[in-house]
Amino acid sequence: MDLYEYQGKELLRHYDLETLPGIVAGTPEEAGRAAETLGGTVAIKAQVLTGGRGKAGGIKVVDSPREAEEAAGQILGMDIRGHTVGRVYVEHGEKIDREFYLSITVDRTAKRPLILFSTEGGVEIEEVAETNPEAIVRLHVDPLLGLLPYQVREITFSAGLEGDVAKGVGTVLSHLYKAFEGLDASLVELNPLVVTGEGRVLTLDAKVTVDDSSLYRHEDIAGMHDVEAADPQEERAQEVGLQYVKLDGDVGILGNGAGLVMSTLDVVAQAGGEPANFCDVGGGADAEQISTALDIVTSNEQVKSVLFNIFGGITRGDEVARGLLSAIERTGITLPIVVRLDGTNAEEGRRILAENTPENVVTEETMLDAASRAVELARDGGR
Amino acid sequence: MAILVDNGTRLLVQGITGREGAFHTGRMLQSGTKVVAGVTPGKGGQDYEGVPIFDTVEDAVRETGANASVIFVPPPFAADAIFESLDAGLSTICCITEGIPVHDMMRVTNYLGTKDATLIGPNCPGVLSPEKANVSIMPKDIFMPGNVGVVSRSGTLTYQIVNELTQREIGQSTAVGIGGDPIIGTDFIEILSKFEADPETECAVMIGEIGGNAEQLAAEYVKSEMNIPVVAYIAGFTAPEGKTMGHAGAIVSGGESTAEAKSEALREAGIRAATNPSEVAELVSEALGRG
Repeated sequence: MDLYEYQGKELLRHYDLETLPGIVAGTPEEAGRAAETLGGTVAIKAQVLTGGRGKAGGIKVVDSPREAEEAAGQILGMDIRGHTVGRVYVEHGEKIDREFYLSITVDRTAKRPLILFSTEGGVEIEEVAETNPEAIVRLHVDPLLGLLPYQVREITFSAGLEGDVAKGVGTVLSHLYKAFEGLDASLVELNPLVVTGEGRVLTLDAKVTVDDSSLYRHEDIAGMHDVEAADPQEERAQEVGLQYVKLDGDVGILGNGAGLVMSTLDVVAQAGGEPANFCDVGGGADAEQISTALDIVTSNEQVKSVLFNIFGGITRGDEVARGLLSAIERTGITLPIVVRLDGTNAEEGRRILAENTPENVVTEETMLDAASRAVELARDGGR
Repeated sequence: MAILVDNGTRLLVQGITGREGAFHTGRMLQSGTKVVAGVTPGKGGQDYEGVPIFDTVEDAVRETGANASVIFVPPPFAADAIFESLDAGLSTICCITEGIPVHDMMRVTNYLGTKDATLIGPNCPGVLSPEKANVSIMPKDIFMPGNVGVVSRSGTLTYQIVNELTQREIGQSTAVGIGGDPIIGTDFIEILSKFEADPETECAVMIGEIGGNAEQLAAEYVKSEMNIPVVAYIAGFTAPEGKTMGHAGAIVSGGESTAEAKSEALREAGIRAATNPSEVAELVSEALGRG
C-alpha cells in the first residue's frame, strides 16, 4: 500500500524523524487558511501516489495566503501521470543548504533490507545510478540483528560526511530503520533529506510503501487507504478478498491462481484480443466468491465476453461450477461466457455445468481454444 | 530418485485441523504419502483420519520420527510455525500459507541460512514426486512418474503445464512450487541444481513470472552450470507497471522485472522459451528427442 507524502510523514514523526510543519488541504480556501496558520513562505505540494510531481508543476512555493489559495486552485484537480490531485500539502518553507537521498527497501535477491544513501539528493536515484554510481552508498542489514551502530558509521563515512551533518544523518538513519521495521514497510524513501541553513537534518519529502500482507497488524495504516482515488471495481474486489486489476480491453478474465490468470491474459493478447482485467478468484474459492468475482468482472461496461479459466488445486471444480451457475442466475448475465475447467473435482464440475448449461455459456477443452473463442465472441459484439 | 520428497518422507502437517489442512491431509494420505503426525496447539492427543495430533512440532518429531513438514497455518502465525519446524530439526519444510508479511519472511530466511534445512514457499502449492510422496495441494491425478523436473513460481500454471506433459505421456520426477511471494525460502537455482544432480531427471521445466530478477539469475546458472536441457515459460507480458498481479511478488517495478526482460535473458542463455503454456510440452518433447 502506497501512502501519500503527508501520511508517510505523519507515521515517520512517530519514529522521531523531523519534518517541517504542514497542513493538508482539500480546497483552495483551506490551503489559504493553512498558509495563514503556518505564516511566511510555504510550499503547496500535490498529494499523488506517483513520482514526478515537481516536473509536472505539482509543487509551488508562495509567500502569502492569497498566493497559496491561487496555487492550490491550479494544483487541485491536476492530472499527474494519470493520477488526479485531490489534496495538497501546505508546508512551511525553509532555507536549504544540502540535499541527500536516503532509502531502505526489501532486496528480494539478498532477502535483506538494503540501505541506499547518496549525497546527490533531490533527483531520482535511478538517474544518479546511471550518471554517478560512485555517489551511492549501499549496505545490507541482517534483519535478525537490525541496523548496527558501526553500519551507520560506515554509511556516513563512506559518503564523506563530517561533523554534525554526519551525526545528524546517522541519527535519521537509525530512526528510519526502526520505522522501516515497525511500519512493516517495503520502502521508505527520503528524497530529499535536507540540511537546513541552520544545520538541522530533516525530511523534506517522504515516500512510504507498507507491505499489504502486514496490514492486519496495522489498522491505523489500513485506515489511511484513499477509497475515493481507487477504482470502484478494484475496491469492491479487495473488500471481498479477490485479486482484481482493471485493464483497458474487452475480454473479461477470471481464473484461479495468479500465474494461470497472468498467462490467460497473455494468451488472449496473443489470440488478438485485449484483456479487460486480471481477476484471481484465489485458492479455496467457494460458490459465493466466484459469483461475486463474475459480478465484478462484468460490471465493467467495456467487457464484451468473459473467459473463465479454472485449473483446480485448492479450488474445487464442483464449487466453481456451482458458483458460476449461481452467479449467472443471480445477476442475469447474458454476456457470452467461455468456460474451461480442469483439475480437482473438474469432472464433477463439468457434469454440473453440462446438466444446467445456460444459453450464453460455452465450454472449451483447452486454454488456447478457450482464449480464441472468447476473443471471437468479444469481436462479435457481446452484449 | 526424485528431489526433496520421496518414499522416505515421513510427513508432519502443521495446522492439520484447519479447513484446508484437513482437506489436503486427506488427499495426501490418498496419494499414499506417509503422513505420520499433525500439529495443532491445544489439540494434542486427538487424531485426524488416524494421524496422531500433537501440541508441538518437537513432540511430534520425537514420537513419530517425522522428517518433513507442510504448513497450513494462517498468515499471522505461519512464520512462527516455520521457526518451530526449523528448531525441531526438520530438513524439508513446505509452507503453503499465502499472505505472510515480508518482514516476517526476511527474518525466517535469514535464520534458515544458519540451519541445514530447505524451506519451500511460502505462498506455494508444495512438492510432489509422482507415486512417491505428495507434500502439496496439487491434484495428483494429473501427474505421472517420469524424468522431467518442474519448478515454478505459480501453482495453477504448474498444473496446466504438468497436465499437458502427462497428456503427451511425458512423466515427471518431481514438481516444486517455490512460491509467488517476494521473499521465498528456495529460489530457482537451488531447485535446478538438485534436478541437475538427480540421475532420474533428464530435463527441467522452469515457470517464471514478472517481478524480481530470479529468472535472470537462473538463466545465467543454466548457461554456466547445467547439462540437462531446460525449457522455460514466463507469464505476465500484459501486466501493467506498478500493479500487483495476484502474487505479492508479481509486480513490474522497473526494467528487469518485466516478462520481456526475463524472456530476453532466457534466450540469451540459449534456453528454450515457450510463448504459451501449451508450447512447453512441445519443447520438452523436442528436448527429450521425442519430437
